[in-house]
Amino acid sequence: MQLHRTLVTKLLLVTALMFGFGFALVPLYDVFCEVTGINGKTSNVPATALVDGVDTSREITIEFLARPNKDMPWIFKPEIRRLTVHPGEVHVMNYFAENPTAQMIVGQAVPSVSPGQAALYLHKIECFCFTQQQLAAGRNMLMPVQFYVDPALPAQFSTITLNYTLYDVTANWQGNAATENLGE
Amino acid sequence: MSAITHDHDHEHDHKPSGIKRWLYTTNHKDIGTMYLVFALLMFFIGGSMAMVIRLELFQPGMQFVEPQFFNQMTTVHGLIMVFGAVMPAFTGLANWMIPMMIGAPDMALPRMNNWSFWILPFAFLILLLSLFMPGGGPDFGWTFYAPLSTTYSNDSTALFVFSVHIMGISSIMGAINVIVTIWNMRAPGMTWMKMPLFVWTWFITAFLLIMVMPVLAGAVTMVLTDKYFGTSFFDAAGGGDPVLFQHIFWFFGHPEVYIMILPAFGIVSAIIPTFARKPLFGYASMVYATASIAILSFLVWAHHMFTTGMPVFATLFFMYCTMLIAVPTGVKVFNWVATMWRGAMTFEVPMMFALAFIVLFTIGGFSGLMLAITPADFQYHDTYFVVAHFHYVLVTGAVFSIIAAAYYWLPKWTGHMYDERLGQLHFWCSLISVNLLFFPMHFVGLAGMPRRIPDYALQFADFNAFISVGGFLFGLSQLIFVWVLVKCARGGEKATAQVWEGAEGLEWQVPSPAPYHTFETPPEVK
Ligand code: HEM
Ligand SMILES: [Cu+2]
Repeated sequence: MQLHRTLVTKLLLVTALMFGFGFALVPLYDVFCEVTGINGKTSNVPATALVDGVDTSREITIEFLARPNKDMPWIFKPEIRRLTVHPGEVHVMNYFAENPTAQMIVGQAVPSVSPGQAALYLHKIECFCFTQQQLAAGRNMLMPVQFYVDPALPAQFSTITLNYTLYDVTANWQGNAATENLGE
Repeated sequence: MSAITHDHDHEHDHKPSGIKRWLYTTNHKDIGTMYLVFALLMFFIGGSMAMVIRLELFQPGMQFVEPQFFNQMTTVHGLIMVFGAVMPAFTGLANWMIPMMIGAPDMALPRMNNWSFWILPFAFLILLLSLFMPGGGPDFGWTFYAPLSTTYSNDSTALFVFSVHIMGISSIMGAINVIVTIWNMRAPGMTWMKMPLFVWTWFITAFLLIMVMPVLAGAVTMVLTDKYFGTSFFDAAGGGDPVLFQHIFWFFGHPEVYIMILPAFGIVSAIIPTFARKPLFGYASMVYATASIAILSFLVWAHHMFTTGMPVFATLFFMYCTMLIAVPTGVKVFNWVATMWRGAMTFEVPMMFALAFIVLFTIGGFSGLMLAITPADFQYHDTYFVVAHFHYVLVTGAVFSIIAAAYYWLPKWTGHMYDERLGQLHFWCSLISVNLLFFPMHFVGLAGMPRRIPDYALQFADFNAFISVGGFLFGLSQLIFVWVLVKCARGGEKATAQVWEGAEGLEWQVPSPAPYHTFETPPEVK
């Protein structure tokens, strides 16, 4: 019986560890995607280090897309559709958002870059997607994103698409939306 | 009970009679029988759902059921066949045969064994009853992808999660029992490399089970908290990612498909040598092939996700790893064929099912290889081609091996020979109808018919009518099986201890039917 008990204990330990591993996959997945830049995930942390050299030898086309999620009533679109930049140059682009409903709504934008591998090279210094955004009934606002393309971007990429999906997160709003855009 | 075992019974059998015997039993043979009967019952319940599916698909347009109910049928059919029929059937065989094959008196943890069986009926009762809830049962596919199972699922999801938890706990307990039994209770002289392959494959399967069933438990837990408690593991708005769900699910899911085939390899490796009257060719390579399949099965999960937009190097990695699995699988098929080479073969029903297994499982392996080619999978993914693939490996693979095992060991269990003519009838009806049912699915799949839909384009009408007829015939053929089983349990020609002329192994040294207690004094293995 003692013989069985030690083995059973070990096997139960494996079971428990694997249960934990299932949950550990959640942060592992995020870290993995962030480090490798696959999945088109961009960093949630503002990029600080400004690069010195602007690479004027080549031009990169940045395409901007915006998509309100199916349950999100806001009007949401980029100010311009595309922009041609040199790697290293810092640019600011505005997204327009309007809340046409009669209630205050909080939104959260989630960025996604295509092709996925280029996500590592698109750095955002400032972005409305870093925080939740709040709009009172009938109000609108311009939401900026300040970014640059890393000069280390591999030569195979000449066009990068930056897409934002906007979600209605009013239901679990913590009351900490950074830009309290109540429209004054 | 036969005369040989008579006084034996008097010493030891204090088993209560009637229902109490089955409720309280800790005997591995009783528990094995209950698992097998339960699996058969689930096979018919899941099968009748398949009949509903085929009835609706018999003609294009909506005939008999609502689309939402159709989705519930595909979902619950899959869940029941995987967790209620195939897995419990293998556990039942393990309970019956492993102690007898290694010369142990019982499973190592008999009380836990009783529990692991008896929680199972409740899991499936909950799942089946959820179909009658307002709003219906689970309808998001057996793979329960988020957000279908979170944002868009109905109120029965909590019950679904609960029942999957119970199924998982049951299989983990069963797996632990198998490992401890094999590790600690082998008869003297039964060294690792003398163990029958059925024992080896189950040993490795049990490790797969304790490694991946907890991950499944984690996945359903996350679905539960996402749906009811405001977490956002799989919700992009809250910082989660629905693709993450697929990674977690398939990290469980691919090893799971090997959980459903490795014991089948063990069964076929037992049957082929018996009826070819030759020892198994390449025993050691069979053990190593099984182990390498198990290890590789952890490295291929994303072949289910080629179309999710993974980067090229990741798709290539998973494509090559997937193809690599075909190598040890090929070794096995080669060994079975080599075992039969110049053997003195006879073709009793277990052998017929085992032979059909080898041919048809290999067809399923080939369609798997086609699916593993990333660019080709962009066309095949989520079509009936995938349905054809996994039914070849699961029905003509796993299920055929279980049926073969039942015919093979039935005389040992009941003490009677089954009716050979009825058995052959069952075999031929099954073989023909199963191919009418699943083979044309390859073609409609290649032509672009999507899976999991209640209606389809007119061009697929003839093929689908044909497939449905095959399906009904296959369903009916399984009634012959029940007839054989009942007939054999009630009587028939007396079976000898060895049953089959070419059979070797400890289980054939005990009388038929196997006495309630076997190997209380361990046998000597030479
Ligand atoms: C040579 C071996 C095998 C290869 C290369 C292989 C490959 C694949 C691939 C690439 C897919 C994904 C297809 C898609 O969704 O587009 C798939 C699906 C599937 N395979 Fe296999 N497979 C093999 C053996 C098996 C075995 C032995 C089983 C089970 C006993 C199995 C069960 C399944 C199941 C159930 C699915 C579908 C899951 C779902 O989406 O519902 N496969 N297989
Ligand atoms: Cu797989």
